[in-house]
Amino acid sequence: MSVVPDEARSVVGKSHAHDSARQHVTGAAVYLDDMAEAAGALHAALVKSPHAHARIRGIDAARALGQPGVVALVVAADIPGVNDVGPILHGEPALAVDVADYVGCPVAVVVAETHEAARRAADLVDVDWEPLPAVLGYEDAIAAQSYVAAPQHLLYGDAAAALAAAPLTLKGALDIGGQDHFYLETHIAVATPHEGGQMHVWTSSQHPTEVQKHVALVLGAPQAAVTVEVRRMGGGFGGKESQPTIVAAIAAVCARKTQRPVKLRLDRDDDMIVTGKRHDFRVEWEAGFDHDGALSALRMQLAARGGNVADLTPAVMTRAICHATNCYYVPNVDLLGLSLKTNTVSNTAFRGFGGPQGMIAGETVIDSIARHLGKDRDAVRRANYLSAERGLQTPYEQTVSDMIAADLMARLEIDADLPARQQAIAAFNAANRVKKRALATVPVMFGISFNMPSLNQGGALVHVYTDGSIQANHGGTEMGQGLYTKVAQVVAETFGVPMTFVMPTSTRTDKVPNTSATAASSGSDLNGAAARRAALTIRGRMADVAAELWGVSADAVTFRDGEVSSGNHVMPFAELANRSWLKRVSLSAAGFYATPDIHWDQTTLKGHPFYYFAYGAAASEVEIDTLTGETRCLRTDIIHDCGASLNPAIDLGQIEGGFVQGMGWLTMEELYWDGDGRLRTHAPSTYKIPGSRDAPPDFRVHLLENAPNRQETIFRSKAVGEPPLMLGMSVWLAIRDAVAACAANPRAQIPLDAPATPERILKAIEAVRA
Amino acid sequence: MLSSPSAAPRGGRAFFYETTAPKRTPAHGPGWNASCTLSARPRRAALAKDDILAYPVLMTSPTSSAVRFLLNGLAPVSVAAPPDMTVLQWLRTRRRLTGTKEGCAEGDCGACTVVVAQARDGALEWRPVNACIMMMGQLHGRLLVTVEGLADGEALHPVQSAMVERHASQCGFCTPGFVMALFAAFRSREAPQTETIHDSIAGNLCRCTGYRPIVDAAHDALSGGAGDAYSALEPQIVAALEDICAGPDLACVTPEGRFLAPSTREALHAALRDDPGARLIGGGTDLALEVTKRHARLPSLISLGALPHLARIEVRDHEIVAGAAATYADLLPALTLIDESLAILLRRLGSRQIRSLGAIGGNLANASPIGDTPPALLALGARVRIDGLNGPREVSLDDFYVGYRRTVLQPGDYIESVAIPRPRPGAFFRVDKISRRFDQDISAVCAAISFEREGARILAPRVAFGGMAATPARARRTEEALAGATFSNETLAKAKAAMAEDFAPISDFRASAGYRLRTAQNLLERWRLLALGADMEAAE
Repeated sequence: MSVVPDEARSVVGKSHAHDSARQHVTGAAVYLDDMAEAAGALHAALVKSPHAHARIRGIDAARALGQPGVVALVVAADIPGVNDVGPILHGEPALAVDVADYVGCPVAVVVAETHEAARRAADLVDVDWEPLPAVLGYEDAIAAQSYVAAPQHLLYGDAAAALAAAPLTLKGALDIGGQDHFYLETHIAVATPHEGGQMHVWTSSQHPTEVQKHVALVLGAPQAAVTVEVRRMGGGFGGKESQPTIVAAIAAVCARKTQRPVKLRLDRDDDMIVTGKRHDFRVEWEAGFDHDGALSALRMQLAARGGNVADLTPAVMTRAICHATNCYYVPNVDLLGLSLKTNTVSNTAFRGFGGPQGMIAGETVIDSIARHLGKDRDAVRRANYLSAERGLQTPYEQTVSDMIAADLMARLEIDADLPARQQAIAAFNAANRVKKRALATVPVMFGISFNMPSLNQGGALVHVYTDGSIQANHGGTEMGQGLYTKVAQVVAETFGVPMTFVMPTSTRTDKVPNTSATAASSGSDLNGAAARRAALTIRGRMADVAAELWGVSADAVTFRDGEVSSGNHVMPFAELANRSWLKRVSLSAAGFYATPDIHWDQTTLKGHPFYYFAYGAAASEVEIDTLTGETRCLRTDIIHDCGASLNPAIDLGQIEGGFVQGMGWLTMEELYWDGDGRLRTHAPSTYKIPGSRDAPPDFRVHLLENAPNRQETIFRSKAVGEPPLMLGMSVWLAIRDAVAACAANPRAQIPLDAPATPERILKAIEAVRA
Repeated sequence: MLSSPSAAPRGGRAFFYETTAPKRTPAHGPGWNASCTLSARPRRAALAKDDILAYPVLMTSPTSSAVRFLLNGLAPVSVAAPPDMTVLQWLRTRRRLTGTKEGCAEGDCGACTVVVAQARDGALEWRPVNACIMMMGQLHGRLLVTVEGLADGEALHPVQSAMVERHASQCGFCTPGFVMALFAAFRSREAPQTETIHDSIAGNLCRCTGYRPIVDAAHDALSGGAGDAYSALEPQIVAALEDICAGPDLACVTPEGRFLAPSTREALHAALRDDPGARLIGGGTDLALEVTKRHARLPSLISLGALPHLARIEVRDHEIVAGAAATYADLLPALTLIDESLAILLRRLGSRQIRSLGAIGGNLANASPIGDTPPALLALGARVRIDGLNGPREVSLDDFYVGYRRTVLQPGDYIESVAIPRPRPGAFFRVDKISRRFDQDISAVCAAISFEREGARILAPRVAFGGMAATPARARRTEEALAGATFSNETLAKAKAAMAEDFAPISDFRASAGYRLRTAQNLLERWRLLALGADMEAAE
């Protein structure tokens, strides 16, 4: 794959509209619940545990089954295969057996003629419960060594010795709240039984292959008997990586039992109560550093509430550990990750996948050191950046060859006029007692590739038809991020045709098998490259046909602007497609891509897990009300590195949207569990994600220009899905600074956890004023 | 796509029934709308679907047994829907118009936003609403526009094309709701100003874009100046809606129950007498949650939405009288006359979608401990006028709440109106709302104060809070600390201490007890700064 200069490209690198934009705005985009139901289709509703931990003595469905329209009750015993939906470890049931181990745990399913009938009947299923002691919080779980997976320990250098030798040391702790994905479309699956034991499943999933595997497992069927299909999701954000298997597996079991199509759609409350979220973390750290703030040692314990089962927790913890030092070189590191087992909903993937939690822990260390020394936080960062002088190796022993975070931060300081604005803020704070402002920056360095090398593969299937139209299919899923559009651009670019020639089609396990999740920001890297290869294969065959026709070399045949040409010979693309067919040349090809140069040892947590890194820098200005703790973000400036962007408009959307989501995580979004392990914020009335007025009113986002990826990614682009989320840390750090503006002692540490809700902010203000 | 006048109404599926002429039989029993077979809980199973047109509905006056409205243009719809069927349910499962999405089923995410227009003074008033918490009966005499009703053939509506051009959709699930919220603003000819654009989409959540492109699209669409396909249709729509509204009262009876919308006091009282178990529905924004969240059935609803006197808003020199069914949207201009802070509170109350339906009577009768308007109305000294089968009477709002979610209302009572005194010139009034999110959030603390001034002295202070006790309540000891004093630092300290005696708030997911009390005390500090005329931002 050669690097084509930007100006030579006609489709890639341009801001094409999302392929479904027109359908989105007219209501014509079809989501699963919009599809016409097949004749005889049934609806399922979950019976859930009201207890965090309880034994199921019995289930009496007589009242429910007596309701009009109710067809069946489905319990674990109805599962013909293996009751297991664990994505990494085994033994994670779709329906509880004997014991329910979190509030919301599905224990039975009511199947009825209508959604409403199923929901109402589910309320009437009587379960005889024997409550058991529950482990809910960090203290209990750590004390009991209650883990969903083994602790992970990354050792680099000798942290103990370096801490003992360090001129200065500092300790701290941070609680980091979780986050609900709040995709607008809740979990849903439609399972339709077919002849010969086959099952077709529509799912709202980022990972159709995972759904296929687990539907096959619960049905006791070969994977080849299960076809899973996804056209689009109404948002995913990681929440639809592993969790859809629960919903799809249950729908499939219900369909198998009733031999009718079954739809299971979780309403918002069930979605938030039953399915996992971003892990909340408790971090304790100790750092050794010098009078410039240069770190010589970092010891950190990262404890995450994994919930009732492992799900993806061990992998999330690995990424948290990998990002705890962000873009800094620390010569001696001791990072211990505890994946706690608690009687709460099993937490799962969420945009950043542990990276944000690790990174905010690391940034808190930098922030605390800066306060301790009375230094500017950016000066402390400059003393610690990965650099040729200081060191370019991460604690997991990957040498970083493309580090530009420091450069981005330097440029941001100028572009966003930071010194002058800091002066203006100081003047504002001197003149105002009630309102305080602050401006803070943050750099982000995010590793691109799944930590687990085997997942870094992508497949595609491209068909050219005799009228020149093209179907582009691949293993990636569309959740709004514009993957279908980007892949269509790659295919159109390769064939030298306009975007209108390319029709993206739904992701199906019978078109492209054995795929990875559309996750880890990898969608366009993996599937774009695979589609490019498929298209190149077909293009090569078509070039041969043209070459033979014109008596030229195939190398001399070019595909551009919907035409194929060589010297004076020109032919519409469609005509060459038809001529290829007449010549009995295949116009269909599969493409496959595996990310090169990556390896990882999950035991030692060492290796070269990331093909490259994506970088960004943000500066946010906030204002807090010191009477109430209320806060507003006034302005944000971002420079973000997308490599050579495949589609600047789509990438801009990922950056802005990711930033606001990250800001929400660290400010207003609060998951509140009561003492019985019940989530009390399980709908938008109680769980507040940012609204339009919460986004920075002055929002200046720039894609780093002339920065093609140094690695040979698809058209030298970079992944963009997750990294911008962490830029939201700038808002949280600015809030800490605004609290510090109230402090009696300018070197006071800021006792502010995340999310920085008005209540936490007010409490922090009172603490630093004392 | 817009439906043309010639488009035939569709229907006849499953649970909805096309009806044109109400079945009339001689009167039976005392009720205006009594039915010999209807009780509070109709016997659903006893009736076959095919029996419906022969269903014996007995009436003394002509009624419309079907909900009649226009859909996406001039297409008339006549449907006998169950009383607790939401507009969203009907659109998606009966009409198969699936562009309107369910995101939360509680009116908080806006994915189900549709636009409802009603004829007023010969013109159409366009309001966004949450289809998920609006009952079908509430559509009677209205135009319903869904996202499918905007494009004119292949030509996108200006709002839609701006959304495409600005890359304002990603996953697309919230998009129809945003399009409809902006369509309401477009039809209402709102100016392209950032703050009003935020107001117009404050009831819509997007998890993908970060909103910037949506706000840009709104600027583009509202700056266009052009009309749309509805501009030319408006006179015909007005005529058709006026025709329905001039017709008989709605009395929609189905096997699932009935939805009555009496248009006179007498008819309302007859309906109340006829079915003491019936529930009153004003805007329904809280009531509907019983169906969508608690899976309850509401078999007998009496709507207050067709009674002109209950929708009245009288602006007098000394007070504003709001009929119980007056919506927040209608009340906003009148209450803005009282104080800008009250206008801001109202703009933060729910969202435009909620304010289109939500009525002040429901807000009071609902008796939420937090309330939205009650603290302000308590501080202003509002009086509640009660009417009903027990006869009219008036109580001070001070005496209206008797306990957690309990009021003085007795069976057969309903709120007729609320009289809100306007502060006298020179008096101080202020209301503050503390919540995690600025827009569309329920307050942790909602607080209001009013007092007269004699020189520097505070006279007749009224301080009221929501979120601090089992009901919205006055802070009597705090008032005592303020009464007759100047607003000095010493008075402030006394009042803060008194506040801790007035209230022992609870801790919950919105805020801890400590935070509630501390912010309540700090609001005294804010009010002091404001009352002293000091620049809020100035150092003391």
